[in-house]
Amino acid sequence: MSLIEVTGLNHRYGKQAILENVNLSVDRGKVFALIGPTGAGKTTLLRIIDLLEVPSAGEIYFDGKCIPRSGKQRLEIRRRMSFIHQKPQVFNLSVYDNVACGLRWRGEEKNKIDGKVDHILEMVGLEGYKHRNARTLSGGEAQRVALARSLVLEPEVLLLDEPTANLDPVSTAKIEQLISYVARQRNTTMIMATHDMSQGQQLADRIGVLLDGRLVQTGNATDIFRSPQNEEVAHFVGMENIMEGVIIANSEGIATVNIGGNAIQAVSNYPMRKEVYACIRPEDITLALSSTQSSARNSFQAKVTRVTSLGPLSRVEINCGFRLVVLVTKISAEELNLQVGKEVYATFKATGVHIMERKAIQ
Amino acid sequence: MEIWDGLTKAIELLISLDPEVMEVVGRSLRISGTACLLASLICLPLGSLIHFHHFRGKRALINIIQTLFSVPTVLVGLFVLVLFSRAGPLGEVGILFTPPAMVIGQMILITPLLLGLTISALSGVSKEIVDTATSLGASGFQAVWLVLREARYAVLAAVIMGFSRAISEVGCALMVGGNIKGATRVITTVISLETGKGNLELAIALGIILLFLALIINIVLNRLQQR
Repeated sequence: MSLIEVTGLNHRYGKQAILENVNLSVDRGKVFALIGPTGAGKTTLLRIIDLLEVPSAGEIYFDGKCIPRSGKQRLEIRRRMSFIHQKPQVFNLSVYDNVACGLRWRGEEKNKIDGKVDHILEMVGLEGYKHRNARTLSGGEAQRVALARSLVLEPEVLLLDEPTANLDPVSTAKIEQLISYVARQRNTTMIMATHDMSQGQQLADRIGVLLDGRLVQTGNATDIFRSPQNEEVAHFVGMENIMEGVIIANSEGIATVNIGGNAIQAVSNYPMRKEVYACIRPEDITLALSSTQSSARNSFQAKVTRVTSLGPLSRVEINCGFRLVVLVTKISAEELNLQVGKEVYATFKATGVHIMERKAIQ
Repeated sequence: MEIWDGLTKAIELLISLDPEVMEVVGRSLRISGTACLLASLICLPLGSLIHFHHFRGKRALINIIQTLFSVPTVLVGLFVLVLFSRAGPLGEVGILFTPPAMVIGQMILITPLLLGLTISALSGVSKEIVDTATSLGASGFQAVWLVLREARYAVLAAVIMGFSRAISEVGCALMVGGNIKGATRVITTVISLETGKGNLELAIALGIILLFLALIINIVLNRLQQR
């Protein structure tokens, strides 16, 4: 049964709609990632779930009970959750007092508080910082204080808003490690907002894509990243190759799609003459110097039009009658001597092509 | 020279811890201290209440409070005098020309200042602190208390400002206290009276003490504001 359920949620500030008809449910012990660009409404949704704000319309159920729009019960429910805000706001108190305050507010006994705080500070690696004023800490340390302050409460639900935004890679890795540790060890239900798709993919059981206040698609990582529901989601999850086409044949689930005069094959059940988008993830295309024997159904001769270095990867733009973006490792880019004008063969499988219906954009 | 003469005699009074000087200083500290304490007990909760609630006319109320920062002390004196005079609405209490009346006068005098500075101290604490506390399970009261603690240095500075306005005012203390020897004389009223009588040494001695108090208050305030 779902621990948190949101139904028909609408929220507006003045005339501006922030959230539109959001429905979602998260099962106990699961990690749900909300992904979406900045300004999509992720923070507002988390604030409403944490009962910090009352939605303009819609209901929130916690553990099967509908939460009233005002009254003492909201505080009781809120005390079973904890919310880590995007910018960690540590209190102008010692690290110890910062971590202890939630327990004190719940009326926990003094000697129990001591033990719990010590334990949690050790877990986040801040045991030596107990008596430091939290305001003197670095960003990463402050974020760990914020995490400790929430985790020490042993909440049933942990809400995280961009937990690693503005952090360096080392701090990010530490925080991610802690999050997955807590999710596994304590079976804590989590809802995490992030614009970092790999983080969502890595930490979450289920992912919801929030675009412009609408929860456009919900599913597991494979669903979202391989089979986005529409062009918007496809763009957002990094499907760089989105091509308009028409299905010209379909036999036993293998469709042939005409893309500007080129036929590619894809796994799809859409019938002939259907107007579609064909999407290919840039990492699903391989490049070679000769047309190799391969089980892949699609192989095209192409010319490199642009090469951009992305650290360990190279982003290669090619033209094979239609434009494709390909991601290859830096090493293979060097081995293939990829330069503008170079002739290559681009290969991808029919299962690597995701076909979605083309609808008139409202 | 009269001033030199007065100054040397004043220093003698200070060094010898003259009983009259000490009595007046002690009373000043007691009256203004009590007024400041009582005003704080009213203004900190009231200021929090105003800060944390949204209501119509809030902006206007804060403007009025800020205007009253500079209410003339004699006006407050007049108000308290009328209030507690024999024929006044609270005449039966019978505290006119006693220290309690002076305490009430000074309380009224510094209440706007304390209230306004408390509100601005609390406004200095970001809204996110309240949200963070609320998400960590603080009740409304617990969140307010935390914010007061976050603003503790600014709040303390407000209290000290209130105290220094109370101890340095003369109009109200003179009008509602009556400057009765051995009963309601405070530093400022004695300075005013003794100067009028041409008795400069006592006035100068007390003036030095008042300046010294102001210095201490300033040092403490500076320290607090640097935090």
